[in-house]
Amino acid sequence: MSLSKDEVDRIARLARLAVRPDESAAVIERLNRVLGMIETMRAVDTRGVEPMAHALDVVQRLRPDAVTEADQHAALQAVAPAVERDLYLVPKVIE
Amino acid sequence: MLPVLNAAAVELAVRFGLAVGATINRRSIFARKNYFYPDLPKGYQISQYELPIVQGGTVAVALPEGEKRIALTRAHLEEDAGKSLHEDFHGMSGIDLNRAGTALLEIVSEPDLRGAKEAVAYARALHALVVWIGVCDGNMQEGSFRCDANVSVRRAGDSAYGTRCEIKNLNSFRFMERAIEFEARRQIGILEDGGRIEQETRLYDPDRDETRSMRSKEEAHDYRYFPDPDLLPLVVGEQDIARIGAEMPELPGVRLQRLTETFALPAATAAILTSSRQLADYFESAIANADLETVRQTANWIAGNTSAKLNALGIGIEDCPVGPAQLRGLIDRLADGTLSAKLAKEVDDAMWAGEGSADAIIEKRGLQQISDLGALEKAVDEVLAAHARQVEDYRAGKQKAFNSLVGQVMKATRGKANPAQVNEILRRKLD
Repeated sequence: MSLSKDEVDRIARLARLAVRPDESAAVIERLNRVLGMIETMRAVDTRGVEPMAHALDVVQRLRPDAVTEADQHAALQAVAPAVERDLYLVPKVIE
Repeated sequence: MLPVLNAAAVELAVRFGLAVGATINRRSIFARKNYFYPDLPKGYQISQYELPIVQGGTVAVALPEGEKRIALTRAHLEEDAGKSLHEDFHGMSGIDLNRAGTALLEIVSEPDLRGAKEAVAYARALHALVVWIGVCDGNMQEGSFRCDANVSVRRAGDSAYGTRCEIKNLNSFRFMERAIEFEARRQIGILEDGGRIEQETRLYDPDRDETRSMRSKEEAHDYRYFPDPDLLPLVVGEQDIARIGAEMPELPGVRLQRLTETFALPAATAAILTSSRQLADYFESAIANADLETVRQTANWIAGNTSAKLNALGIGIEDCPVGPAQLRGLIDRLADGTLSAKLAKEVDDAMWAGEGSADAIIEKRGLQQISDLGALEKAVDEVLAAHARQVEDYRAGKQKAFNSLVGQVMKATRGKANPAQVNEILRRKLD
């Protein structure tokens, strides 16, 4: 399995990565090397093996239902480009 | 700082799963759902994908043609995103991140719903259930309970579903019905013009009563899920599941059936009484140690008078100024004949106005029905003496004259006479 230029362009766009035209070939080549390695690993027979969800074989610890976060909105909004009525302003995303 | 899951969110998810008869996955996995949107600053939402905590289950929905059980696909835990406000920011969108990262239970139903009315009935049933079991406060304005609707249309007779569009921003049941109806018409229009439906996310605009495309098509529905390395698998223990099940309140359907069968209540009355757990609790508290007739009168009173007053004020039973014991005090005076139905309503109004117990109001206002036979006979005699012409008429065979005489006695006693007793005394004296 290998990726075409169109597929890489699409994935880059979805991930908001700017791949310049002059780097495109190198990026595709490196990604395909990774896929080649995955292809090699797929030769291992994994029938009957439960898919692993995490590298650590432990379970999630839970926290009590208590408010622990302090109100920091003034500090956080101080670094925002635009703020109005305590909201972050962003370019309009729908028509 | 790594995300840590809130234990209460897990407990409530399990409670919901048990309430709808679903499978609780003893082990579930968190995944990252990747997309870019301003209300999701880190570029992915922590959600569950392959192994959600709750799978399957059904919700019973009362429809005009009878009960329908809507199958659930799953209910998964995820983090909420922020809230986007698209109006009033001179060409910009405002982002409120206060709720970002708080736990959310997303409940997904199978494509079992046929049309806007059914979808709304399902959403209402689900809303009533999650409020009943204490999983949600149900406040739709604040976004505690939100709905997205996937809408597709197909030609009559087709077995395959058409391409669907997801409508977001349905923050009331009324908007949900209108949005689904608009969207179905839009899709039918496209198909009838020979076009095809693009799968996309659309936003409902209540001001214009229409849906509009929200995210561009090439980016939609390619979320590149993968297991979130920040969160370990979630394991729910058998003991916890057993405990949560044991703590579950009696579910609305079970309670409806019990009340209907135990007290022989009409279905419509029982449905009103079990429309919320608080109302059902109020009813059952009011009928403590009551005989069947008192139960029936209490049920009718709550389903009628009390509900009408609550609706008029737009409040729930938990804010009712008249407590269940206080209401029972009124029903008892109605049942023992102290009060006529008309006087009972007057006493009820006074209780709502904060004037105290039924007995205190009856005493203070002198409202008890005259049950003293002597006093009643005296009143009847006076009326007969003052209305000789009606007496003549009645004796000449005019039944209407009798009714007029009853009315005169009721008037003379300011509504405090027992009409049945007045009838009896009048007949005895006239016939």
